[in-house]
Amino acid sequence: MQLTQREAPPADLLIKGARLVDGASGLEGPQLDVRIASGVIAEVGSSLDPAGAEMIDADGLTMTPGLVDPHVHLRTPGDEDEEDIASGTRAAAAGGFVAILAMPNTSPVVDSAAVLNGLITRASEQAVVATGFFAAITRGLEGRELVDMAELAARGAVGFSDDGRPVERAGMLRRALQYSSVTGRKLSLHEEDLTLTAGAQMHEGAVSAELGLHGYPSIGESVMVGRDLQIARYEGAPLHLCHISAAESVAEIRRAKELGVAVTAEVSPHHLCLTDELVRDLDPAVSKMSPPLRSDADRAALVEALADGTLDCVGTDHAPHRAHEKEVPFEAAPNGVIGLETAFAAVYTNLVEPGLVPLATVLERMSTGPARAFGLPAPALRVGRPVHHGRETAPSEGARCRDGAR
Amino acid sequence: MDLYPPTGLARRRHLLSIGDLERADVERILETAEGFESVMHRDVKKVPTLRGRTVMNVFFESSTRTSSSFELAAKRLSADTVNLKASGSSVDKGESLKDTVLTLSAYDPDVIVIRHPQAGAPALVTRHTDAHVVNAGDGKHQHPTQSLLDLYTIRKALGQVEGLQVAIVGDVLHSRVARSNIQALRLLGAEVLLVGPPALIPRDAAAAMGVTVSYDIGDIAEADVVYVLRMQRERMLEGANYVPSLTEYSALWGVTPERVQPSQLVMHPGPINRGVEIAAEVADSASSRIVDQVRAGLVTRMAVLYDLLTEPTTRGGQAALRAVEPAGQEVA
Repeated sequence: MQLTQREAPPADLLIKGARLVDGASGLEGPQLDVRIASGVIAEVGSSLDPAGAEMIDADGLTMTPGLVDPHVHLRTPGDEDEEDIASGTRAAAAGGFVAILAMPNTSPVVDSAAVLNGLITRASEQAVVATGFFAAITRGLEGRELVDMAELAARGAVGFSDDGRPVERAGMLRRALQYSSVTGRKLSLHEEDLTLTAGAQMHEGAVSAELGLHGYPSIGESVMVGRDLQIARYEGAPLHLCHISAAESVAEIRRAKELGVAVTAEVSPHHLCLTDELVRDLDPAVSKMSPPLRSDADRAALVEALADGTLDCVGTDHAPHRAHEKEVPFEAAPNGVIGLETAFAAVYTNLVEPGLVPLATVLERMSTGPARAFGLPAPALRVGRPVHHGRETAPSEGARCRDGAR
Repeated sequence: MDLYPPTGLARRRHLLSIGDLERADVERILETAEGFESVMHRDVKKVPTLRGRTVMNVFFESSTRTSSSFELAAKRLSADTVNLKASGSSVDKGESLKDTVLTLSAYDPDVIVIRHPQAGAPALVTRHTDAHVVNAGDGKHQHPTQSLLDLYTIRKALGQVEGLQVAIVGDVLHSRVARSNIQALRLLGAEVLLVGPPALIPRDAAAAMGVTVSYDIGDIAEADVVYVLRMQRERMLEGANYVPSLTEYSALWGVTPERVQPSQLVMHPGPINRGVEIAAEVADSASSRIVDQVRAGLVTRMAVLYDLLTEPTTRGGQAALRAVEPAGQEVA
């Protein structure tokens, strides 16, 4: 397994008076100084001496472990005019992320060692945060032949995913799960029964009935979640489920966890914060994605599941498009919205501030949770841990979101 | 009419959805349309009301009734008209809707009337033009002027809409007319019953739209108005099997002479498929108002253009009177 980033001079600095919150270590609230020497946390305490190092006055700010995003689209290779490794990782740094995992549904698809090697090389030159790459489960995402999973794992793939498409055939998924145990890398699954979602434009419900947009029913996701959890249980194989959006899927995952299935699952900031009511504006740039924004009952179920750990992590499903591709009638627009820069602020504003989920829990789900799901080192505010010091500034979201990350 | 000003542009009134109208808006437009009715019976059927104004009709989808009546409505009001169809335009050369709108807006039109196969197209147009935008049908979403002309037709035939029972029969799922009409009928106090095959009635219709749902054609017996929809095969997903066949559809949900009473009004937005959703005998019967609907389309669309381009007054009747002064008088 491999995370790659551009070499940067190790930081030497003193952060004064930050409120430290770390979901993993249970550290919550003390106002302390943190000294970083040669890129490693050297000392945590009160009234530390800057000793010539650069100093940041963090009075009134909160310091947390860096965030980890298990699901982004860097559009590289092939669509670098939408996003490239440099711009995508800068967005990640601006959002407080120190590690991101990129999906392989690119042009060409990351289904060979050559494409994967090319990405890792580019990341070593351009990535400003640690970046891992998924390889496809099936060649060309076509669902017919498995990729050479062992070779790709050896070359550094962090896991396997046909994201953007489901693995339609149960038999194929079974083979992939069996073989993934050899590679030690997880499958990350996009769950969708295409026979239930053909032509879908938005969540099937009261709003779609009124707007006349073809619906993506919640069962379009949950029947596939149910199927794959059964296969995983039968095979005793771990698996990860992408961007869970429906209450029915949450129920399936909860039950599977009770039965001992080694499943981890992720939810996007937009599914935690927004509902299908937003589609009424018919602006695809803000409200068209797959899976779609769902009902308020679904949203409430997702928030509850994030709080109780049924959902292990937040993944942005950051999916940039060319502006002109979204400046079209709603029905003609592609799916996908961006999320890296605003993920933490959105979740903080909509979940932490109203008291729905404690900050420490949110941080766990956005840092340790995703790291653990993919066997990555978990960022932590502890002496001896490395520090990735970025200098990107998140955009102001005006009244809609509180406090970005730095 | 306080209609949805798009953000970021000068405040403009548009007609995008019935859902954005209040009852007073609808009543004012219907009264204005009534005022225009008298013009239709004159030898010279033209008034100078919108002289010097420009109305652009942009149709990205085939249309007989709507495009012809918008064109004629604008002409009867003395507006200049430009009619653009998707085929034969730059759209054939790959131009985006945004660019088409920017191009047309360079001529400073007062109104852009747009029909488009995709929901949300009129909303997009409002983001790129200073003109008033009228939705002449977008995807399966809305067709507000059809609803206004249907209300006009019902009011003329039965005196009022309040308290009526209206059964909408057939392919509701793919029908922008049904969506607009449900909102319009309920806004004016009618009760709506949807009747059709389960797969062609939106799953959450009852809760979302305040209607009653039935899969039994027998339930139309109580309705004052039977509003028949076409099976919109061009909008159906291939292989979706909403119903096993049109034969089964006609047998279970076709509006046939034995299923309607002479006292019931029968309406249809057209085009009709005789023998599929409606029997020829019903379409041609004394109960049918299908041709009246087309005629109502002209005065209703005149009223919509008039309403958008003049400051609405609270007393629609007066506004209409001003609108119908014959062309000759003002010239003199």
